[in-house]
Amino acid sequence: MSARIVHIASNTFREAVRDRVLYNLIAFAVLLSGAAILVGQISIDIERLVVVDLGLTAVSLFGVVIAIFIGIGLVSKEIEKRTLYTVLSRPVRRWEFIVGKFFGLAGTLAVNTFFMAIGVFAALLYVAHKFSASDLMILVALYFIVLEFLIICSLALLFSSFSTPLLSAVFAFSLFIIGSFADDLRGFAMLSHGVTRWIATATAYLVPNFSAFNVISAVAHQQHIGAQLIVQNTFYALFYAAMAISGAVLIFERRNLK
Amino acid sequence: MTSRRVTFVASACLLLSLAGTVLLLHRIDEIRPRATIEDALYINSPKVVKRMSLGFDGLMACIYWTRTVQYFGHRHVLHARTYNELAPLLEITTALDPHMIPAYQFGASFLAPRPPNGAGEPIRAIELMQYGIQHNPENWQLYYDLAFVYYTELKDYQRAAAVFAQGSKIPNAHPFMKLLAAQMAEHADDYATARLLWSATYESSNEWNIRQNALEHLRSIRVDQEVGQLQDAVTRFFQSNGRLPSSLWEVAAAEHLPGIPVDPDGHPYELSAEGQVQVSQPDQFPFITKGLPPDYRPGMPTFHPEK
Amino acid sequence: MPAIEILGLEKTYMVGFWRKRPKRALQPLHLTVEEGEVFGFLGPNGAGKTTTLKMLMGLVFPSGGTARILGRTWTDPEVKAQIGFLPEQPYFYDYLTAHELLDYYGQLSGVPAKDRKRRVEEVLVRVGLTDVRGVQLRKFSKGMLQRAGIAQAILHDPKLVFFDEPMSGLDPLGRREVRDLIEQLKRDGKTVFFSTHILSDAEALCDRVAIIHKGELRGVGAVEDLTSTVQGKVEVIWQGTQIPASMKALTSDYHVSGETVRAVISENQQDAAIDALRRERMRLIAITPLRTSLEEYFVEKLQSQRTAGTTA
Repeated sequence: MSARIVHIASNTFREAVRDRVLYNLIAFAVLLSGAAILVGQISIDIERLVVVDLGLTAVSLFGVVIAIFIGIGLVSKEIEKRTLYTVLSRPVRRWEFIVGKFFGLAGTLAVNTFFMAIGVFAALLYVAHKFSASDLMILVALYFIVLEFLIICSLALLFSSFSTPLLSAVFAFSLFIIGSFADDLRGFAMLSHGVTRWIATATAYLVPNFSAFNVISAVAHQQHIGAQLIVQNTFYALFYAAMAISGAVLIFERRNLK
Repeated sequence: MTSRRVTFVASACLLLSLAGTVLLLHRIDEIRPRATIEDALYINSPKVVKRMSLGFDGLMACIYWTRTVQYFGHRHVLHARTYNELAPLLEITTALDPHMIPAYQFGASFLAPRPPNGAGEPIRAIELMQYGIQHNPENWQLYYDLAFVYYTELKDYQRAAAVFAQGSKIPNAHPFMKLLAAQMAEHADDYATARLLWSATYESSNEWNIRQNALEHLRSIRVDQEVGQLQDAVTRFFQSNGRLPSSLWEVAAAEHLPGIPVDPDGHPYELSAEGQVQVSQPDQFPFITKGLPPDYRPGMPTFHPEK
Repeated sequence: MPAIEILGLEKTYMVGFWRKRPKRALQPLHLTVEEGEVFGFLGPNGAGKTTTLKMLMGLVFPSGGTARILGRTWTDPEVKAQIGFLPEQPYFYDYLTAHELLDYYGQLSGVPAKDRKRRVEEVLVRVGLTDVRGVQLRKFSKGMLQRAGIAQAILHDPKLVFFDEPMSGLDPLGRREVRDLIEQLKRDGKTVFFSTHILSDAEALCDRVAIIHKGELRGVGAVEDLTSTVQGKVEVIWQGTQIPASMKALTSDYHVSGETVRAVISENQQDAAIDALRRERMRLIAITPLRTSLEEYFVEKLQSQRTAGTTA
């Protein structure tokens, strides 16, 4: 069972690579080096701030775009192109397929982020000329970004299991935006009354809580991120991804593949 | 694994992880209570925020406004002594949307007063109002708000009168503007003027915090008046009888009152040994200036919602 | 043990904007296929062949009925290890090469790693895909893709193979090769179940056929039995281009083609026909009893239901 999941995951990874997804790293490298050099030259005393802010934001945005654009096709493309038929005629369970696809996509993003992380640290070294202890927090920020990716992948997979690629992209992207303002949404909910309050609160809790994962500003200002938050966020991401994947499995198990 | 088993396991997983996410969200929120505000103010320059909004200024203004109200309400409930972020939040909100009138009113009510009732920054409040007037010249309410600050915090009655007068000239201005201009000029210190002002504030705003604040002030004005009147009665008693009254019953009898006067909460006023009229529970009236026991230290500001 | 037992499988789709209108894709189907058979599932396009196959593969869920494959419930995942499936107009991960695709499928089918490489090579040779190392599937021609499809269906040496329109889109050479392959599979003792609307292929390959039309089974049987109905007619072929008047008196069913004439007469007119030709000094080439072709049986079955339907 787990062997099949691994095989599906590695094939998904291979597909992403051959889809030239990793070329985005080139664009990322260009962007970051350009920024680092520019900022280093004009020497405005916030070089470090700019590199960390810009670098981490770019990692986050590039990754979200990749997660969504590959994720939405994970299932729907296979159904549309009928590549799924010969896969499911083998002793592969439908749920294994979903789980394998998830790990493949998550793995792609993890590898992508790894390379980008090297880029960020390289740029940082260039402008700051040395590392400081607080730079360790950048790793935490990157870790949180990867957790965000897990959630987004699972959501893209969920939508892909029943919706067209275009709609899936719209839904996933919307949830990303709304999730980034999840704190405010809960605030809005608290200020409302009656039935609206119930609905708003329910929505606010269902939406992925990306605002808790976004510590880019804090890390750029060399703030410390508590261990408790790291642990809680990890579990939150795992639970949320599990939720979305369970949903995808339930939907896919029932789907007639015409 | 049969399909039914998969369905069962997946459903169970779905429900459990749902519970898990909700629970963890709670815990995470507890760890980061000031999250949005801290986040908001790493970028506390209105210009930068505006640029980062990528043109979605209106939406960001709404979001910042919500954060402002939450920030204040949250701290108010916690009986905070400082509201350092209130001014930046309001400045950002109004930079993003100069036409967000409620923000200016909020600033007038809560930026200017001293802690714990406000941020204690009357100058910034005035700047905020002036900025608002600049961008909304046809809005009489902003003149009201500006004059409000001059009156309540700076006690600059002349300026207040001038601003009320200016505001009254705007078409559609509320009639009380002219009234207040006149009152400012002549009876600035009157209770009637103060009552008029706070009633006007209460009427002209829809924002809960502002209205509650106005109500509290009205309650306190009533207490101040009544304490003053009672104190005068005590003085009269002393002059008539050559001694201080032993209790307010004597005063009531002397004045032919039906009973001991009670404060807005229904508690009778008290008489100290030194002949001072006092309220029995000063904490219930955060804005009174009379009737406070000598060793009274102001407690926590609270709102008493209208019954 | 029968290889396939279809016990009342049926499928009704709900169509329309509100999904309220039922559309019957397949009436309850009852069918048995024995081990070692080559079974043809015939019908025009849209008859329900692909629906049946997809239900057996677990891609579509039936509205009713069950099936057994190789003695197990058709939804049992373990069954999948022993069957192979070639869908209609297959499409594969086009960023993979044939070797990679087969290796991946081998992994999914549980072919042990040490055997996989060898088996992949063997099966590629068998389907005639040589010189494709390093070529991505997106560069394959239709015929090559079909062969790759067959390769993946037989890679793990399944006992039972399902082909959906295996000849579609192939040139005559390709079709010939596929036919040879199916014959090979039969010789290897495998059961082959394939659907097609090309009757000549079925006639040549199948032991038994089933005919399905508009979701309903119209006939099942061995090819020989279905086509052996001698109509009591005889086919007479003679050299020349003339039709003697005496022949015309016997029948109007004649046809000149090139240097010969072919006429169909009833059995009891045989002697009269021979006499007629001898009188005219025409050279008789052949007299053969007429068998219906599968096509005629097919068309007759389709039409009979239609008339039955209109009279009903």
